Amino acid sequence: MMPTIRQIKDQLATKERSCEEIISSCLETIESKNEDLNALLSVEKKAALAQAKSIDKKMSLGSEIGSLEGVPVVIKDNILVQGWKASAGSKMLENYVAAYDATVIARLKRAGAILLGRANMDEFAMGSSTETSHFGPTKNPWNENRVPGGSSGGSAAAVAAGFAPCALGTDTGGSVRQPASLCGVVGLKPTYGRVSRYGAIAMASSLDQIGPLARTVEDVALVMQAIEGKDPKDATSVELSSANIAELIEKNIKGLRIGLPKEYVVEGMDAGVKKAVMEAVKTLEKAGAEIIDVSLPHTEYALAAYYIDQPAEASSNLGRYDGMRYGFSSSGDSLLDSYEQSRGRGFGREVQRRIMLGSYVLSKGYYDAYYRKALQVRSLLQKDFVEAFKNVDVIAAPTSPSVAWKLGEKFDDPLTMYLSDIYTISANLAGIPALSIPCGFVKGLPVGLQLMGKLFDEARLYRVGVAYQELTDWHSRMPE
Amino acid sequence: MLTIDEVKHIAALSRLRLTDEDIETYRIQLDAILEYVKKLQELDTTGVPEVARGVEATNIFRDDLVDLCDPDTHERILKAFPRRSGDLLQVQAVFEDRTV
Repeated sequence: MMPTIRQIKDQLATKERSCEEIISSCLETIESKNEDLNALLSVEKKAALAQAKSIDKKMSLGSEIGSLEGVPVVIKDNILVQGWKASAGSKMLENYVAAYDATVIARLKRAGAILLGRANMDEFAMGSSTETSHFGPTKNPWNENRVPGGSSGGSAAAVAAGFAPCALGTDTGGSVRQPASLCGVVGLKPTYGRVSRYGAIAMASSLDQIGPLARTVEDVALVMQAIEGKDPKDATSVELSSANIAELIEKNIKGLRIGLPKEYVVEGMDAGVKKAVMEAVKTLEKAGAEIIDVSLPHTEYALAAYYIDQPAEASSNLGRYDGMRYGFSSSGDSLLDSYEQSRGRGFGREVQRRIMLGSYVLSKGYYDAYYRKALQVRSLLQKDFVEAFKNVDVIAAPTSPSVAWKLGEKFDDPLTMYLSDIYTISANLAGIPALSIPCGFVKGLPVGLQLMGKLFDEARLYRVGVAYQELTDWHSRMPE
Repeated sequence: MLTIDEVKHIAALSRLRLTDEDIETYRIQLDAILEYVKKLQELDTTGVPEVARGVEATNIFRDDLVDLCDPDTHERILKAFPRRSGDLLQVQAVFEDRTV
């Protein structure tokens, strides 16, 4: 059984296990399962073991250690680690080697974490199943005929399968929370601006956030403490007041007001998912929370606004892949030819689809009807949350309308695939933090409870999450 | 309903070389997505402000200082160039026509 970060810290501090033992055991699990799951695209075996040995030495000397000293972490393939490939799951960047560390990586390294390898993902983080990866789909550790969700499917599967206690993912419309839900682990989409995006391969810059996945809420909070905070290299990152971890995970939720949005019960929602989420809400009520009905009236428009805004931003961001400066390059008869060939052959179908969608909604004659309209709807959605949070502290909902579906099931029908993000995208459009926590199973497949909070109020999400995990044991179950 | 010519135009704007078969597939898929997002037209948004981000932000200023990247990083970036001439990035000429 893979220990949690908290357990690893204890084991190392009490010398119950050496760091080398912990890392060796992770590597063994990876060796035996990764070929089937395809969760990791590369594993830094030698470097990880060497670092573990030096950490053991450091600890035996009693030197000062970091907050994540010796903790193995898996990194989504769109976050730059100097000297590692960073392919973003794309042929376009198949051979691209990162020239520098993302800010979150520099911070993890400073905290003493051991970076184990690169996690598979949907190409450029566009997808909900990790099937759009150029390097083949990742499989769900709970059932290998099922998808792990996406786009951070490799990160979620790696944590669920016990490759590492935690992973980093990115969340633009649910890409941390939805795979966390489908793989039975915890995932956080932080408030926009809490974590620096410097060194994360940009998809939709007003929506992207890096977030951690782990098995417990406390572990997620521990990783967040290491990576969050102001970074001069990302002007949208924000100065945070410091808080200690014990305060953050204070378990008492007596009197806390939890809102249940009526609009989140939608047609096509799995009855088992609904039941599991309602049970979870009851558990929180028994723990002292007050459950209040709330309304987020523009919810049904969120997905449509997202699939205008996100492709619009992505089409601009991905303009940089022109075959000239880095990445896949195909030389044609003219400069234009070279651009078109490089992009025509370097990008996969989902990415091309969204680039075209983005170009269309931004093009002359359509801008007002699509893009401007989507930005107006975005402000209506934000207002919905502001109003709702006047009466409640936290909003509870499902993370995904269904459990993990079969590989290939939605692959050729992009719109159906998009609908699987229906509960997660609002948080990105509104900028608010949202946490997914395992809350049950339907036919052997995990279900996730989503908790959304006020801007920069992650602490309250941690409190509810920790209290819930104290009362339940879903998070300690692992696939066979 | 999107036409083949419209999709070809969007592909050209997107700088994507596509086959006729791709164009037809994308036409059907993009049409379905655009049909779905039309849903927004149901809403009267007269006078509603546009917001392009989740968290309100005003202009963030910093001093305009040169922050040179270290020589190693510099070299690593050069290494990623598909075509290179010394320390320069080699690109195709804008006005070149190799078909002549």
